[in-house]
Amino acid sequence: MKHEKAKKFGMVIDLDKCTGCGSCMVACMAENNVPFREDETDKLLSVAWMRVYKLTNGKPFPDADICYLPRPCQHCEGHHGHSPCVSVCPATATDYDTRTGIVSQIYARCFGCRYCMAACPYHVRLFNWYDPVWPDGMEQSLNPDVSVRMRGVVEKCSFCIQRYQMAKDRAYMEGREDIEEEDYQTACTQACPADAITFGDLNNPHHKVHQLARPDHRNGGKPRAKNLFRLLERLGTNPKVYYKSSREWVRNLGDNHDAIQEKA
Amino acid sequence: MKIDRRSFLSFTIGGAAGTALSPLPWKLTDDMAIWTQMWPWTPVPEKGEVTYVKSACTLCPGGCGISVRKVDDRIVKIEGLKGHPVNDGSLCILGLAGAQLLYGPRRVKAPMKKINGKFREVSWEQALDEISKTLADLRSKGEPHTVACIADSDRGTVPELLNRFLRVYGSRNFIRTPSIQDSYELTLNLMQGVRAMAGFDVNNADYVLSFGSGILDGWGSPVHMFKAHSLWREHGGKLIQIEPRLSSTAAKSDSWIPINPGTEGTLALGIAHVMIKESLYDNDFIDNYSTGFHEWKRHIIDGYNPEIVGKVTGVAPSTIVGLASSFARARKPLAVCGRGKGLTPGSLKEFMAVHTLNAMVGNIGKEGGIWAVPEPEYIEWPELEMDQTASIGTQQHRADGAGSSLYPQARYLLNRLPETMNASSTYKLIQVLFVAGANPVYSMPGSADIKEAFEKIPLVVSFSSYMDETAQMADLILPNHTFLERYEDVPAAAGYNRPVINLARPVVEPRFNTMHTGDVIIRLARALGGTIAKALPWESYEACLEEMMGDRWDTLVEEGYWTNTDFAAPQWSEAFETASGKFEFVNKEISSLARYSPVKPEGDEAAYPLILIPFDTMRLWNGYIGDPQFVIKSVPDTVLKKNDVLVEVNPATAKSIGLRDGAYAVLSTPKGKARVKVHFYEGVMPGLVALPRGLGHSAYENNLAGKGINFNELVGPFDDAATGHDAAWGIRAKLAKA
Repeated sequence: MKHEKAKKFGMVIDLDKCTGCGSCMVACMAENNVPFREDETDKLLSVAWMRVYKLTNGKPFPDADICYLPRPCQHCEGHHGHSPCVSVCPATATDYDTRTGIVSQIYARCFGCRYCMAACPYHVRLFNWYDPVWPDGMEQSLNPDVSVRMRGVVEKCSFCIQRYQMAKDRAYMEGREDIEEEDYQTACTQACPADAITFGDLNNPHHKVHQLARPDHRNGGKPRAKNLFRLLERLGTNPKVYYKSSREWVRNLGDNHDAIQEKA
Repeated sequence: MKIDRRSFLSFTIGGAAGTALSPLPWKLTDDMAIWTQMWPWTPVPEKGEVTYVKSACTLCPGGCGISVRKVDDRIVKIEGLKGHPVNDGSLCILGLAGAQLLYGPRRVKAPMKKINGKFREVSWEQALDEISKTLADLRSKGEPHTVACIADSDRGTVPELLNRFLRVYGSRNFIRTPSIQDSYELTLNLMQGVRAMAGFDVNNADYVLSFGSGILDGWGSPVHMFKAHSLWREHGGKLIQIEPRLSSTAAKSDSWIPINPGTEGTLALGIAHVMIKESLYDNDFIDNYSTGFHEWKRHIIDGYNPEIVGKVTGVAPSTIVGLASSFARARKPLAVCGRGKGLTPGSLKEFMAVHTLNAMVGNIGKEGGIWAVPEPEYIEWPELEMDQTASIGTQQHRADGAGSSLYPQARYLLNRLPETMNASSTYKLIQVLFVAGANPVYSMPGSADIKEAFEKIPLVVSFSSYMDETAQMADLILPNHTFLERYEDVPAAAGYNRPVINLARPVVEPRFNTMHTGDVIIRLARALGGTIAKALPWESYEACLEEMMGDRWDTLVEEGYWTNTDFAAPQWSEAFETASGKFEFVNKEISSLARYSPVKPEGDEAAYPLILIPFDTMRLWNGYIGDPQFVIKSVPDTVLKKNDVLVEVNPATAKSIGLRDGAYAVLSTPKGKARVKVHFYEGVMPGLVALPRGLGHSAYENNLAGKGINFNELVGPFDDAATGHDAAWGIRAKLAKA
């Protein structure tokens, strides 16, 4: 294959469309072999790569309003790939791939120090406190393209990188030089019944995600499109997940450290 | 050698620096990761050949097509079927977790018989023998009408086989579990004269007035509704949500109109009043294609002016006027009703009130309007040849009282059954009960009464693939294959406006010693012999299905679904099959029904100052299927915390009782009592307590069992005066410090 232009995979999530149904969470769990336990109500211990938060505007009845916010790994680029988690990992278990813009997580290298969890401002990283258990033959539905994580390692959303690898393989087999936009879509994007998630290459002006976000690459990837924002923009993490909301209070909360949030 | 301070420090620091520069620490961290993490018990899923199988999801009436990803003979993922008219590639949270229902521990692995309160495995021969003997006995005693069947649908070959079997055996007691389908069917039947399902052209509607329907909480075909909502967002369509609680639907709507619970029908008539007063209706439709408008109009003008309606509903009169005006002036307005997911049929007159709004804007059968979707016509079986026992049996009244002189309109009245059964202590109303694809012990209001009624039935046979609450109470379980292991036709998607048939097919071989319910029925018929065997002559269920599908079969196998893309709603001149051939606002049958009045919640206001309402969400399923592991995992900790359910209470209401956020409280209603936690929520009307439906299971694995409480244990059915269907939307309640 020829040397290809660097890609920057990212997402635009339309919060006006998102209904908070949770399909993205379960699609992700099924695709990525995320384990489950009998009690998952302690959300600090509950492993979910994609989590849907419920935001409230804090106003009393009947002016109360809520908005759902799905939160995968933000795949921060920071400055030149210095995302918060990558910088602190002592085991080189997490890395920023400049060819795809994806922040990887290599489970076999991780020894569970959890520095990355402390560094991540988005709480996307989760620690496996327990051995994963699939009772009664349930391991039969495990996906062979994703490794099963063991107790003691940190895991997080990978933008379904296995799907990128498969798309590349398929393109190679079919003699194509590059993959098409629809060849590589994350499980959550594919499942979303509201079509609220758009995924693609932010560097490719033909991709929908680029057209929606219109990222200003000279200005840390800030969105130029109206009503778009990124979470905690002022931290300078340069994330690749963009959110869209026509509600001002939602956009304001997106950059508020002390947001009133309910874990979902 | 003398070790002084200087050389000691040089040695230590030098050593540390040397070690740090060597690969040792890095090698050690790497090894540490390996030593501490490579446990042999962490499964390594096997690689294999990847294939995709087109099939159908049967977990809710939504009618979605699925594409099942397999690795060799394992199912690893269920995805939406691209190009399917209902869900086009997307899938809901429950469908996505479908593989857990196949592989999970809740499966019933072989036919079971309850002996001294414990289930023992039996052979299929023994189980079928036992049932056919009991059935033959009842026939010889002339009591075939005491056999009944509860199923979640009356469409498709399996429900039709069950129904046909019952008929030719001598019983009319086929009972469909209740839902808004009951009310919509009757509304279309009474006002339009058609036997049809209500379909909504939501994709093309541009102003949707929802009277409490959880359009984004699982009402109708969930994925289809979500997609429509996204279209509205793109094209400027509006959604107006009328309900007392800020649900997900209300939060996504353009305007949320809180309303006193139970008064939605009054508001609909108030809107109708304004539309009449301001002549905001479709003259062509009213003048040429409807009758009774002027008679009906008088009653609306007298009783439903905005001031009166405002007092009842709590909606400001100016808002009512505004709603009427924007609804009537929209290009493609649509009014829908049926609260939450639509599990309770509700008050028929409320549905009719909302339907008159659709009639007044003339959207019946139009783009963006409400369509009458004909029942699937592919199941054509020869007229039944009945023997004498069957003829006498089918002349008996239905056990649930549907179609009786008291409730002539109702087709099925499962909600009335427990009361009828529990009232008589000796008379055996039902002696054998089949339950197929339903879990009434959990999903029907008044759980205690249902359980009591079930205990009275000498033989309860469950066809459930899962050990659910109803299966637990059964005497025999004849487990069906799961939807991923069997053929089955899934006709019509709930709320979709075109005919569609999906084909579920065996994606994998049956994992356990289960049998297709269709085959069980055919085998039972064969064992009983005579006219019964003749009525169900097929070799197997598969043969029956293939025969019914005829020339559609190849398309179904190839595509996974069949749809009539040419289907169009008939012109108004041909659409109505009433006596007048027109849409009837009023007719003899409608006038004979009790007048509309808001359904009051059960209970005494002094003892129970608050009102308990249920709410539905996509993350909690409350019909036949209980949440699989992934789905219950997605439930927020503001709904479920450890084993405690949180009830939503407006902070003002909670503080007046002295309850803090997160505090334990005792929630009591005239029907029962439960320990709950309080969750402050500004999105719920003061004076109300909102409880999620779908928790409080006693069955299933520990991920779900024993968590929260079942709303149905705190509420009882309330018979709609017009139909006898359950119209309860809530119940009076009290919340006290625990």
